[in-house]
Amino acid sequence: MKVLITGVAGPMGRLTAELLLHAGHEVLGIDRRPWPDAPRGIRVLQADIRKRPAEDVFRTCRPEAVIHMATVTHLTARFEERYRINLHGTRAVFEHCHTYGVRQVLFIGRHTVYGAGPDVPLYHSEDDPPIGGSTFPELGDLVAADLYAGTALWRWPELRTAVLRFVYTLGPLRSGTLASFLHGPRVPTVLGYDPLFQLMHERDAARANVAALQANLRGIYNVAGPQPVPLGTLCRVTGRQAVAIPEPLYPRVTGRFGFPRLPRGATAHVKHPIVVNGDAFRDATGFLHEFSETQTMDAFRYAALPTP
Amino acid sequence: MRLPVDPEVAERLARLDVPFNSYGLDRFGISRPHLAQFFTVLSWFYRHYFRVRAFGLEHVPAQGRAMLIGNHSGGLPVDAGMLLTSLILELEPPRLAHGMVEKFAQTWPFVSTWFSRIGQLPGLPENAVHMLRADRLLMVFPEGARGTGKLYRDRYTLVRFGTGFMRLAMQTRTPIVPFAFVGGEEALKTLYHNKLMAKLTGAPYWPVPPHIVPVPLPTPCSLHFGAPMTFEGDGDESDEIIQQHIDAVRARILELIEDGRQLRRERVAQEVPR
Repeated sequence: MKVLITGVAGPMGRLTAELLLHAGHEVLGIDRRPWPDAPRGIRVLQADIRKRPAEDVFRTCRPEAVIHMATVTHLTARFEERYRINLHGTRAVFEHCHTYGVRQVLFIGRHTVYGAGPDVPLYHSEDDPPIGGSTFPELGDLVAADLYAGTALWRWPELRTAVLRFVYTLGPLRSGTLASFLHGPRVPTVLGYDPLFQLMHERDAARANVAALQANLRGIYNVAGPQPVPLGTLCRVTGRQAVAIPEPLYPRVTGRFGFPRLPRGATAHVKHPIVVNGDAFRDATGFLHEFSETQTMDAFRYAALPTP
Repeated sequence: MRLPVDPEVAERLARLDVPFNSYGLDRFGISRPHLAQFFTVLSWFYRHYFRVRAFGLEHVPAQGRAMLIGNHSGGLPVDAGMLLTSLILELEPPRLAHGMVEKFAQTWPFVSTWFSRIGQLPGLPENAVHMLRADRLLMVFPEGARGTGKLYRDRYTLVRFGTGFMRLAMQTRTPIVPFAFVGGEEALKTLYHNKLMAKLTGAPYWPVPPHIVPVPLPTPCSLHFGAPMTFEGDGDESDEIIQQHIDAVRARILELIEDGRQLRRERVAQEVPR
């Protein structure tokens, strides 16, 4: 199958592209960032998904499937920039898919769209409303992109659309939201709270992308790996020191003293759990995670050690 | 700081039918080390402070899902703590019951974390369904905070029951085990509510007993379990039908309370030095 990956030069894009290539698929990629040492067999076009050259890829190469992962997730990016890429970019990709006869599209979303709070249930099902933007306004663009992708299910039923809401990914690539949060030796936690964090190994996440393609998936699915762990355990096992900060001081401390910079809305995500139920995805694709929670945290921890 | 764990508690927790991982955690975030600390403390209160006696424990299923439905009383949820401890210390095999905790408790630092680690989850229907589908034991007080907030003059009456528990029980085909907790009303006799303290702490009420400080006094307590009750249906029945089922459970709990109060009177009379 000819598969186009948007955002292919990102760590998860590369991993997914390599797995697809290994599985015998023809792989194309679009990204604003270069991938100079891309493996032979993966064609990469350096372009913005909202611009004409990207549309030309759809027109001339006619991919059969698209994995859309060209979203900006790091919250330090400017608000307008995030909206342009995440929402307008998603819209452009779906319109190209429709116009140029793509048969299948995967939208790579995240579980944080469900939001965190004291009255939020554990183990969200796909039926739960994504209300992450209500307590965490900086997530608004990602929630909007997720919901927009979901509209393709009824607007273009011939385009098999799957919206995948992944839990946090972690592993040796040290990329993604959770890896950024755990980047430094000391991790800021909110005093008196120790929420569950749900994570899966990067490689398992890439395998889940391939499984979704192969299962010709349609619909909205949570994608999860092993059982969640409390933030305190996550810090301990990854060799970080959890520093408990009283809640009123939390927004003033983050971004200083070596702590990661976090928007104010992120505090709820460090106080309350976001846990999803991935059973529907497992049932539909047969996907099983290979890496346990310990192996995933260890992979992150020991990859972070400097090379002797 | 960690307390030394009661060896009996440790032995009984080791026999729990809860799949803990290598960190001693289950998929709902319940932690065996936290349970050990918690029940070590509560077992002292159970044995020596409230000197709890449990009757009818054979009605609690040894495995599979069930809902324990009972009266709430006594200002603080002593009844919940003693029920949980009873199932750990006296049930064969021991089982962990999961309470459905009021939302306000989730906003309290430390408290919310401890509740999560000992399996007391936010009181949401979604959480209840997850626990029941995982064949766990659910502890529900359908009176909610209105139950523990009862004044002493209203002791051993039942305020209005919510209907959610009955619909969930029918939807998930879960047997209901009624129970009564007797003694809680005497342990903390709520004379009135201090609204200012309630507002300051975010609690729904702040009980003020004759001894002012809302700390339960050492008084004998007892638990009385009734035979399981099952209700056919899918939970989508009309309010009238649901209310009839609830009334049946409510009536059974009142009977258990009356039986328990009679036994308590006899016990207190025996214990009073002549």
